[in-house]
Amino acid sequence: MGMTLAEKILARASGKAEVRPGQYVTATVDLAMTHDAMAAVALILNEAGITKVWDPDRVVCLLDHYTPSPTAQMAEARKLVENAVTALNIKNFYGQQAGVCHQVLPEKGWVLPGQLIVGTDSHTTTYGAFGAAGTGIGFSEMAYVLATGKLWFKVPETIRFVMSGTLSPRVMSKDIILYIAGKYSMTVAQYKAVEFLGSVAKEMSIASRMTMSNMSVEIGAKFGFFEPDEKVRRYLSTRTDQPFELVSPDEDAVYEKEYEVDVSNLEPQVAFPFAVDNVKSVSEVGAAKVDQAVLGSCTNGRLEDLRIAAEILTGRKVHTGTRLLVIPASAEVYKGAITEGILHTLVDSGAIICPPGCGPCFGAHMGLLASGESCIASINRNFKGRMGSPEAKVYLGSPATVAASAIQGRIADPREY
Amino acid sequence: MNIIRGKVWKFGNDVDTDVISPGQYVASPMEELKKHVLESINPEFPQEVRSGDIIVAGSNFGCGSSRETAPAALKALGLGAIVAESFARIFFRNAIAIGLPIITCPEVFGSFAEGDELQLDLASAKVINVTKKKTLNAQPLPDEMREVLSKGGIVPLLKEIAREKA
Repeated sequence: MGMTLAEKILARASGKAEVRPGQYVTATVDLAMTHDAMAAVALILNEAGITKVWDPDRVVCLLDHYTPSPTAQMAEARKLVENAVTALNIKNFYGQQAGVCHQVLPEKGWVLPGQLIVGTDSHTTTYGAFGAAGTGIGFSEMAYVLATGKLWFKVPETIRFVMSGTLSPRVMSKDIILYIAGKYSMTVAQYKAVEFLGSVAKEMSIASRMTMSNMSVEIGAKFGFFEPDEKVRRYLSTRTDQPFELVSPDEDAVYEKEYEVDVSNLEPQVAFPFAVDNVKSVSEVGAAKVDQAVLGSCTNGRLEDLRIAAEILTGRKVHTGTRLLVIPASAEVYKGAITEGILHTLVDSGAIICPPGCGPCFGAHMGLLASGESCIASINRNFKGRMGSPEAKVYLGSPATVAASAIQGRIADPREY
Repeated sequence: MNIIRGKVWKFGNDVDTDVISPGQYVASPMEELKKHVLESINPEFPQEVRSGDIIVAGSNFGCGSSRETAPAALKALGLGAIVAESFARIFFRNAIAIGLPIITCPEVFGSFAEGDELQLDLASAKVINVTKKKTLNAQPLPDEMREVLSKGGIVPLLKEIAREKA
């Protein structure tokens, strides 16, 4: 009997010929990623008396959540991380300048097809866009991984989303994943692996795939795969010298369930507060005023996201009652946006350009919301209190929807531009 | 550790990590952070919860972020256990990792009222409503997780590893 991508990778990483859903395995991870959470991880290692990392070359660390340090207290946490990576001999440390972890690790060639990767961040599922089994863990489990290189995993069932049809102009992969969440709920993939496939997946850019893999955790998934192909090989060709294989699921692999998604008539989608699966098509939204629009994050802060926003905003102004924050996901994206003139266009329109990083997405700094305010954001979560006041509302949409909404000062249809 | 008994607080479906541990306070000291646990959906909870109390919830409890502060803050408030119809996976793992007993029990939500007395037997995976004298079956924890829980979480495990290496 064949295996899915999740089963293949967990079998290989646990030294078994085959594994089956429901089975528990202890696997050796190929890569461990930590960000600002390394401060908490370092304190746990210290408390436990662990002074050595199992393999420092398999650990990547950077700072993206509180960047640049917003308070003296967070500056102390940064210093703690800097001292810890030095003491633990973790040389793959990118500091505060590189950007959001899930954009930076692929850019720097760390994420390869077939790898098992754990990160102290729920959106580690992003690496599934490259055919890697990426998943989030907490501080204590990361401390255990850094000490031993190992972790237990339950082999998940796998479900598939087969995407067919052609996306309309200004409709993006973000709209597909929001549609899936809305139609099938935020628990459709709970504790499961997802494989996205079909003609739409094949045609999709790496960046667009990353958006869907990123948000697969929002439907509960442990992993969110696209089958790696020549696009992945091309992306990695200038970024790594490490050998890798384009791993694929077996033809006779067993799937728990398969869902057909025809994207041909899909409208831009908007997730209403306070749940990712509270989704409406943009034509059903009505008049929803926005005080802030946020373009960025590990979900949608890549060059193609900034590019489509710039296309929409060229020669237009951000509404006087609205702030548009733009946060390129990485320094590489930032530089690309400078080179292409995207930032020039966005600044001309009245956008506020923030440094690469997580920005206000998780509610700690750089653009938080006051009570009674509303925000349309290209991020991944709209939970109560996500971006500041619990009395504020966050709506989720694509970069195109964010740009159109910034112009009109209310949630707007990007197909008008 | 195997038998836990306490008074029930009830929460619904999809209780997310931003309401359990708001992003604004994630980096605050635990003494501050725990004051804001679940306050946006139940302002009384952080003040009124007592040591040994138990949360009963619907499906997808703990969805969202990988922030370990979510179960850690509940533990810091003295919570004895969480029993829900289902959990988001990272929250579930994190609870085990910090030694907070947690178990999935598909029929739990409708079987308890706020304030009922709940007894959880981790070894037999039984959830008992002591008030209503009703016993429910929960999904047994695998041995690996029960071992981590019995040791009090991953930190004690790591201390053993450090001692072995020394």
